[in-house]
Amino acid sequence: MKKLILTTAALALVAGAATAADVVRMGTEGAYPPWNLIDDNGEVGGFERELGDELCKRAELTCEWVTNDWDSIIPNLLSGNYDTIIAGMSVTDEREEVIDFTDPYTPPDPSIYVALEDDVDLTGGVIAAQTGTIQAAYVAESGAELVEFPVPEDTVAAVRNGEADAVLADDSFLQDAVKANPELKVVGDPVAIGGGVALGLRESDSELKEKFNTAIQSMKDDGTLNELIKKWEVSSLW
Amino acid sequence: MAWFSCYLTSGKHMLFYQSFVTVLMLLAITAPVSLAFGFGGAVASRSHFLPLAWFGKLYTSIVRGVPDIVFFLFFVIALDQGIEWMRHQALCPDWSEPIRQGNDFLVCPQAKAPLSTSPQWVHEVYNFSLAVFTFAIVFGAFAANVLYGAMNAVPKAQLETAHAYGMSNRQTFWRILVPQMWVYALPGLGNLWMILIKATPLLFLLGVRDIVYWAKELGGTKSDVYAYPHGDWRIYYFLFLLVFYLAFTRVSEIVIERMTRKLSHGQATAGGEAMRREA
Repeated sequence: MKKLILTTAALALVAGAATAADVVRMGTEGAYPPWNLIDDNGEVGGFERELGDELCKRAELTCEWVTNDWDSIIPNLLSGNYDTIIAGMSVTDEREEVIDFTDPYTPPDPSIYVALEDDVDLTGGVIAAQTGTIQAAYVAESGAELVEFPVPEDTVAAVRNGEADAVLADDSFLQDAVKANPELKVVGDPVAIGGGVALGLRESDSELKEKFNTAIQSMKDDGTLNELIKKWEVSSLW
Repeated sequence: MAWFSCYLTSGKHMLFYQSFVTVLMLLAITAPVSLAFGFGGAVASRSHFLPLAWFGKLYTSIVRGVPDIVFFLFFVIALDQGIEWMRHQALCPDWSEPIRQGNDFLVCPQAKAPLSTSPQWVHEVYNFSLAVFTFAIVFGAFAANVLYGAMNAVPKAQLETAHAYGMSNRQTFWRILVPQMWVYALPGLGNLWMILIKATPLLFLLGVRDIVYWAKELGGTKSDVYAYPHGDWRIYYFLFLLVFYLAFTRVSEIVIERMTRKLSHGQATAGGEAMRREA
């Protein structure tokens, strides 16, 4: 078996050297429905899958989907394991320092709090958020005690088992969670953070960025982007 | 009932079942490779040629000292970039742009390992091979220490007798030392095997989707956008994994126990002596 694997690996290295067409590897998390998810066939699905496939068609690129942990999604982009991040990532100044973003494909949307009871203390209590998100940064500044989790699902679970008083995340994700867990409810006022969701790219990939920008603009112009957003209920319309 | 039989045979569950094979394959390949690394390290540490002995000791002490998770994150990225750098030097001598641009690591497209054009399974095999290699280095260092101790535990009188019979150093090593050291090495190697079984979830750090990843993914709350919506079922999936790991380690224990009995037979150890009295 080992021999087989080594041989195939060696073959792949040799055979690969001959061709180098334009394949764009799309990196996503696959754990953030309805934005991106692993469907029942084990394939990447969700809003961003449909959006990404359409963008690639319009930009005449061959695209391949890969999943990566949210924690290391930026380092793996930089070291070239894939070429784009399409994972519900909001544009922020901190991220702009490390990677480049295309034009946003969804408008900036408020985040919401979800809790078990109405009277939770949102500025002094314990609030759950996913590590490395704009919501985590916001909670840390708000004075509440922040508990971070590596995957979105865990943040909701923390509220349900009482580890956290409330969870702060994107409206669309939490609306889905509330639907699945009727004991949860939306509390407090929505908070406006983040600057829209866009594809993340390496700073040196400006050509690819232009291609995607053109494709995103064309989808905005003919209304197909709004249709997709409406279908998956991920954000407000353009 | 029908719902469950459909649910448990969905494409995603098939990938879950396949990941068990991945984990077993990783163990089956990593264990002998680490043992080989360990044997090499132990022999190097015992060498009378000083630089080789230093190399052996440096390998065991550095790798044993660095936390696994750091090793798995740092070493794999460094190894991957090292491979790409070497391919870059060989395949694109005319490339003028720098490889490091700010935060980006950029080699020419032909030097990517594996190529971004290759199908997904090639990427998976590549990641898997990196995983095997990394596991082998880490566990090889521990095995080297165990084997080094085991070699020293073989009674000196045995080796001296071999020399007195006129055996060369090489003959003494292969005919007297190696066959006798296993009984001393087995408890330590058995421990390592158990730890290796439990360390397999580190695979996910290396981009290989293992059983823990799939259990988490499948058990997570599924809203209406999925074909089989359900609540948070992770506890059941993890319970299943618990049973799997416990059963697996129990079987390993039994096998190791049998091997110890077999190896103790006729040895000048407490275990061997006990067996002689019984007989």
